[in-house]
Amino acid sequence: MGKLKFYMALWAAKLSKPALKITKHNGTNFPGELAIKICPDFLRYVAKPEHVIAVTGTNGKTTVSNLLCDILEMSGKKVLDNRYGSNIISGVSTSLAGGVSVFNRSKYHVAVLEIDERSSKRIYPFMKPDILALTNLFRDSIMRNAHPQYIADFLTDSIPPETKLVVNADDLIAASVAPDNPRVYFGIERMATDVTECVNLINDIRICPKCNGDLQYEYLRYHHIGKAYCPRCGFRAPDYDYAGRDVDLEHMTMTIGDKDDSATYRLLSDGVFNIYNMVTAAAVLRQLGMTHAEIAGYMDRAHVVETRYNVEHVGNVDLVMQMAKEKNALACSRAFDYVSQQPGHKELFLMMNCLGDEKHWSENVCWLYDCDFEFLAREGVDHLVATGPRALDYRLRLLLAGVPDERIDCEPDEFKATELLRFEPGSQVYMFYGTDSLTLAYKVREKVKKLAEEAAK
Amino acid sequence: MKIEVLYPELCNLYGDLANAKYLARSGGAELIDTPLAAQPRFLTEDIAMVYMGGTTERGQVIVRDAFAPYLDGLKKRTEAGGLTLITGNAMEIFGEYIEDEDGSREAMLNLFPFHADRHFMNRYNSLYLGKLADEDQDMDIVGFKSQFGHSYGVNNEPLFQTVRGAGINPAEKAEGIRRNNLLATYVIGPLVLLNPPFAKYLLRLMGVAEPALAFEQAAMDVYAHRLEQFSEPDRGFIY
Repeated sequence: MGKLKFYMALWAAKLSKPALKITKHNGTNFPGELAIKICPDFLRYVAKPEHVIAVTGTNGKTTVSNLLCDILEMSGKKVLDNRYGSNIISGVSTSLAGGVSVFNRSKYHVAVLEIDERSSKRIYPFMKPDILALTNLFRDSIMRNAHPQYIADFLTDSIPPETKLVVNADDLIAASVAPDNPRVYFGIERMATDVTECVNLINDIRICPKCNGDLQYEYLRYHHIGKAYCPRCGFRAPDYDYAGRDVDLEHMTMTIGDKDDSATYRLLSDGVFNIYNMVTAAAVLRQLGMTHAEIAGYMDRAHVVETRYNVEHVGNVDLVMQMAKEKNALACSRAFDYVSQQPGHKELFLMMNCLGDEKHWSENVCWLYDCDFEFLAREGVDHLVATGPRALDYRLRLLLAGVPDERIDCEPDEFKATELLRFEPGSQVYMFYGTDSLTLAYKVREKVKKLAEEAAK
Repeated sequence: MKIEVLYPELCNLYGDLANAKYLARSGGAELIDTPLAAQPRFLTEDIAMVYMGGTTERGQVIVRDAFAPYLDGLKKRTEAGGLTLITGNAMEIFGEYIEDEDGSREAMLNLFPFHADRHFMNRYNSLYLGKLADEDQDMDIVGFKSQFGHSYGVNNEPLFQTVRGAGINPAEKAEGIRRNNLLATYVIGPLVLLNPPFAKYLLRLMGVAEPALAFEQAAMDVYAHRLEQFSEPDRGFIY
């Protein structure tokens, strides 16, 4: 009965795909949803490729998954992925349903699947990855993810015992996940920009996991990412099996190496997050048996999708679209830090409001007080326009952060707020938006462009 | 004037620490961080307010163990009218015990007459609208809740009376606890910033005769807007 149900589910999922196309319905997860509805154990029965690689973590999982897919495809492998679907059970089911024949034979050598951390309990009992890359664990949505230790425990309870972890040693919370599983660690050795004291509001592991003493850092990048040790009990962060080192932002190169092999890699981006993503992907590919020279060669032809940051010169200013996920203090902190350190004069348009929440209830704004708005008090951030439903909240938060009142303008209507921009010649205008406000942001951008052009006349 | 923040290395979730920062800035108070390994300063110094914010579930146990030797000191402080503010799940540390869905139980400090039941797969997220439970005041309170646990037991000493949302549990209107000037609430995050009248109330309890708030007008604008929104009958409350 189980198998019969499964085949009904599989065929229904396969048939639903062309049906959706014909009826012009956009439902990337629908085939998987349908399959699970018919056969709740669908993931158990659907055939998987010989190798299954899962990628999870708060940040970087999409980039790492895409890098792995691209490089494995370049090396001649047939790779199944979920890049056009979602990373929850319905998206994974959709991908796997599409990856088998009608008689349930896998058509791929390897699957690279991005998995949402909270979905792991529903996915891993039925799909046991050979390798799971864990990029990092940070504070995310308060409502959904509570705090990173909760997510770490959640993963520990869900990851199959035979799955090998490729995990970030510079993140002690991630490194604590599934302690009994086989594992290798990656990390990045000291960089010129490192510090030893945390300057961020969020640092989610400040005490030693062994003795509760104060943790110290040989080097610290941001938040809790760095090389930690405990002077009281001698606890140290794990050693790297795969290490990025000699990161050279001027020449855009670094070395990635392990005890057997190393190579020089071209940096795909100057952002530290993306440097970690490269090291993560290289570590996974080394586990699959590729040499560093091969990986570096393929990676040179790969690219990081920069949809979250793009620049256009309009009138007398550079207009920058900067994705900064709403309700995610860490993503916004990283973006604020990066933007506020860019040279030149900057004008910021803050519209990373959760519009869905506003419609149904009201956005929980606690994350604003976890987020480093203090970076926006730096010189060079000349003017800020706070807009959207939470415009007044932004204003209060900016004031607490030390931003002078005269630098802040506030207008809830996003289109009207554009009229408050000053478009100083030679400056950069940054529009901060989130996933929820993405569509609106691109509409508002059209008005900003028009105003920037008019200001230049 | 001094404000002491207890265990900020652990009790720092959801922007809670902004509460102490804002009160210190408004009242011109010195902000003191007391780490786990140190003896709380309120035992030996004149501290206008002691503050503890929310933490992780492991953090609750670590804080319980760290604070247990000083519980009598807190009781004495409370009897003497000293102001202490506890937010989020830090309140559960001072209850009788915390019980998880698997039946496992962790004894807590047993200062408050209730216990918490936690459900890790069923996080409770809501807006909060209430009134300060002080007959001399007519003060609306707005805020947010996001928690795994609710508390159960006799609660004759609430801090807030719930208008919309949950009290110490969804069936209760009594929210938080107030014992003399020991105030505890499940409301998380920047409670004090989002409620400037409450911020002034706390400053008065700290001995500031005519309190003025930092960025008072900006805070009042936020408060008025949120209060209006949360009072809309059709506004969804539980996420």
